[in-house]
Amino acid sequence: MAQLKIYDFMGIRRYAVVLSALLLSLSIWSLASQGLVLGLDFSGGTQIEVGYQEPADVAELRETLESAGFQNPVVVHFGAETDVLIRLQGEPDEQLAAQVLEVLKGDQSQQVELRRVDFVGPQIGEELREDGGLGMLTALAVVMLYVAIRFQLKFSIGAVLALGHDVLITLGIFSLARLEFDLTVLAAILAVVGYSLNDTIVVSDRIRENFRKIRKAPPTEVINESLSQTLWRTINTSVTTMLVLLALFFFGGELIHNFAIALMIGVAIGTYSSIYVAATVMLALNVDREDLLEQVEGELVDDLP
Amino acid sequence: MLNKFPLWKNCLILLVVTFGFVYAAPNFYPADAAIQVSGQSGSMVIDQGVLSKVEEALDQAGVDHFSGEADGESLLVRISDRNMQLRAKEVIQAEMGGDYIVALNLAATTPDWLRNIGGKPMKLGLDLSGGVHFLLEVDLDSAVAVRLEGDLADVKASLREERVRYRSLELRGDQIVGQFRDGDQVSAAKAIVRNNYRDLQIQSAPGQNPLTLVLQLSEVAVSLLEDNALKQNLTSLRNRVNELGVSEPIVSRQGKNRIVVELPGIQDTAEAKRIIGKTANLEFRLEAQGRVGERFEFRESGRQGPDAMLEKAPIITGENVTDARASFDENGRPQVNITLDSSGGWQMGLATRDNIGRRLGVLFIEYKTKLEKTVDDQGELVITPVPFVEKHIISLATVQAQLGRQFRITGLDGQRESSELALLLRAGALAAPMYIVEERTIGPSLGADNIEMGVKSVTLGMALVLLFMVLIYRAFGFAANTALIMNLLLLVAFMSLLGATLTLPGIAGIVLTVGMAVDANVLIFSRIREERKNGASVQSAISAGYDRAFVSILDANITTLIVALILFIIGSGPVQGFAVTLSIGILTSMFTSIVMTRGLVNMVVGGRKIEKLWI
Repeated sequence: MAQLKIYDFMGIRRYAVVLSALLLSLSIWSLASQGLVLGLDFSGGTQIEVGYQEPADVAELRETLESAGFQNPVVVHFGAETDVLIRLQGEPDEQLAAQVLEVLKGDQSQQVELRRVDFVGPQIGEELREDGGLGMLTALAVVMLYVAIRFQLKFSIGAVLALGHDVLITLGIFSLARLEFDLTVLAAILAVVGYSLNDTIVVSDRIRENFRKIRKAPPTEVINESLSQTLWRTINTSVTTMLVLLALFFFGGELIHNFAIALMIGVAIGTYSSIYVAATVMLALNVDREDLLEQVEGELVDDLP
Repeated sequence: MLNKFPLWKNCLILLVVTFGFVYAAPNFYPADAAIQVSGQSGSMVIDQGVLSKVEEALDQAGVDHFSGEADGESLLVRISDRNMQLRAKEVIQAEMGGDYIVALNLAATTPDWLRNIGGKPMKLGLDLSGGVHFLLEVDLDSAVAVRLEGDLADVKASLREERVRYRSLELRGDQIVGQFRDGDQVSAAKAIVRNNYRDLQIQSAPGQNPLTLVLQLSEVAVSLLEDNALKQNLTSLRNRVNELGVSEPIVSRQGKNRIVVELPGIQDTAEAKRIIGKTANLEFRLEAQGRVGERFEFRESGRQGPDAMLEKAPIITGENVTDARASFDENGRPQVNITLDSSGGWQMGLATRDNIGRRLGVLFIEYKTKLEKTVDDQGELVITPVPFVEKHIISLATVQAQLGRQFRITGLDGQRESSELALLLRAGALAAPMYIVEERTIGPSLGADNIEMGVKSVTLGMALVLLFMVLIYRAFGFAANTALIMNLLLLVAFMSLLGATLTLPGIAGIVLTVGMAVDANVLIFSRIREERKNGASVQSAISAGYDRAFVSILDANITTLIVALILFIIGSGPVQGFAVTLSIGILTSMFTSIVMTRGLVNMVVGGRKIEKLWI
């Protein structure tokens, strides 16, 4: 039977480092200079989704609302031509939605149906921002601890750097593309953490196994072999996950559109990072067989008086 | 022999599969549209007589219905045509009148044998069923302030009683500050506070004026007070929500000072908001004689002028009201019939006995909160809730005779106000004002759309993955696919059994689980292929594939579970729904993709001599 083809992944790791550095600095630059487009969940405010029987004229609606005294209403189509999303920011007023609906109903020519109202008070938005950031950091810390215990510190650093890499770039793309960041996207980012970790662990597991099995080979070769062995698994899993995400993206509706986008970006970056980032970091930290030798029981016995 | 499961393992798989089928089953029986009728107070009996009255009304209106049930407390009638549900509600409400709560409901059609073993369909979140979600913040500071004001008055009275003289005694922030003329009086005052007011702590700061007394509520007292205020608000809210006539409302505490209210299926949010947020009370005061009194405006300025003077002390307040019902007087004007408790009745009698011919005023008090914007020292916009009180006279009528425990209030502004006032008096006052910090309303059509889109994307995603697995792993792909379908079934079964709520992000979680659940099988199958390439025999390749992949699967799943757990802890509502489905999905997928596929593979190829493996 044919032997497994070993690809020289680590041979081109310099290019990978350059690519990652480029993506990371672009992401950080965008996040620092223009930030994220925060959705209602985080920014606070009022938004109203209404449905019409026929395609609605957004510009006209905006004018109607402005002439009724609402300041700078954002009026956009939502998912379909007949659906309109109206957002009013700033004023912390729970009565706003009812007033808007009143104005819209005043126009008798078209029947308007209330589909959704979201009012988020300013204090809630602020709390969510804090909790979200805190949750992300907690997740990373706990994961780092788990990997350090199950594997070894160098693996743990590699895994967490890979995760940070994925999260930052996904956030960066959201910032660059001016896509809205709401609670579902936060959930998606945390799911990306889970997914990317899954990938990294499977690869790390194989690297550990091979370090113990193959005695006389430089770390680069061991890692190349491990990555080649797990390559098909990595690709197949990414494909199945992508397939369902595509289904979500096209048929899941407007509310989880950005959720699907965040996961698709995350899965793509996560697949790349589990091959290149984690392993490259490990190599940079001079990972070696020695790191993974099982504890020799004799050592404990020697300590006894 | 390699790759043979012992009998107990096969039985276990069979058992789990049966469990999955049975407990997922209730979800496949579509619910009936129904109307639920219950009484406004617990003492009303809803029996067969009421049921036949309801059914008769429906028959007359031409609404098809079936299998009505009454259990003494409430009754349920199922409506054949879903579109007639609203019409049926109107018909029944018109027939039964205001004493009955008529609510839209969805009645499960789970067969009896399933229900008897605990089978029930999944609960749908508001984003799927439509409805309103409110997050209310209770203004606990104002509850503390009210308590301090009461304590201040009490302390003043005690000091006077014991003839301890003070220059001043007043509230400063959350402290009561008193100034005295000499040290003896300060220590006398301290002794009184120590003996009679356990909850007040005497504060002393270095360098403090020895003639100053500073009192503060102890931390224990404050937290007890806050806890009680929140609990009382919770109880009042539950009473109010029950009167709204919503099936399966949720009113629960969130954190230290918040309350979540979820009203599935409600259409008129304005009405719900008014009832929930309103803090109202009543005071009964005689009209002032001479110039001593307090001046209040009439709610409706009419014949009696724009305002009137009332005595400063109320005879009784809304707390003495035990029952309140809206009805109409002889001239068809709205009124509220009020029943007082015994001490309220006694006091009312005492006050009116000697005052026949004077006028008695009813003061309507509303506690409101407005959000005020200010800019703080750092130049940041701060939004603070500012409570304020509105007091208006709603009626001022001459006392014709001595009043007792029962009397009525007239002069109300329409039937809606009379029923609202009755409701508020019945349901009890709120201990502290509340304001809405988050509101989410999902219309019924959006909910239905969300379900449809969710089902569509799960089905499609699933179909694509099934196809892919068969293309890549052939015979073994079928084993993985069986496991995948079982995984979905188990996930639904567990969620139904645990009473977890399915939300739109929850559906996304299911879809994601479908994608990731096959990962375990991909890992195992890749490993088996590899072993075969390295020249292992068919049976040992299968065995080694499962064994070696297990560690990776375990590590990967535990870490994902950790992330899901954190998501559950920090998240709220919809995000938690996602975390729940993801966690359950990970656990069930461990079983289906490792144990179940192994069982299938063993059954087909285990223990036989095979040279070629279709993988």
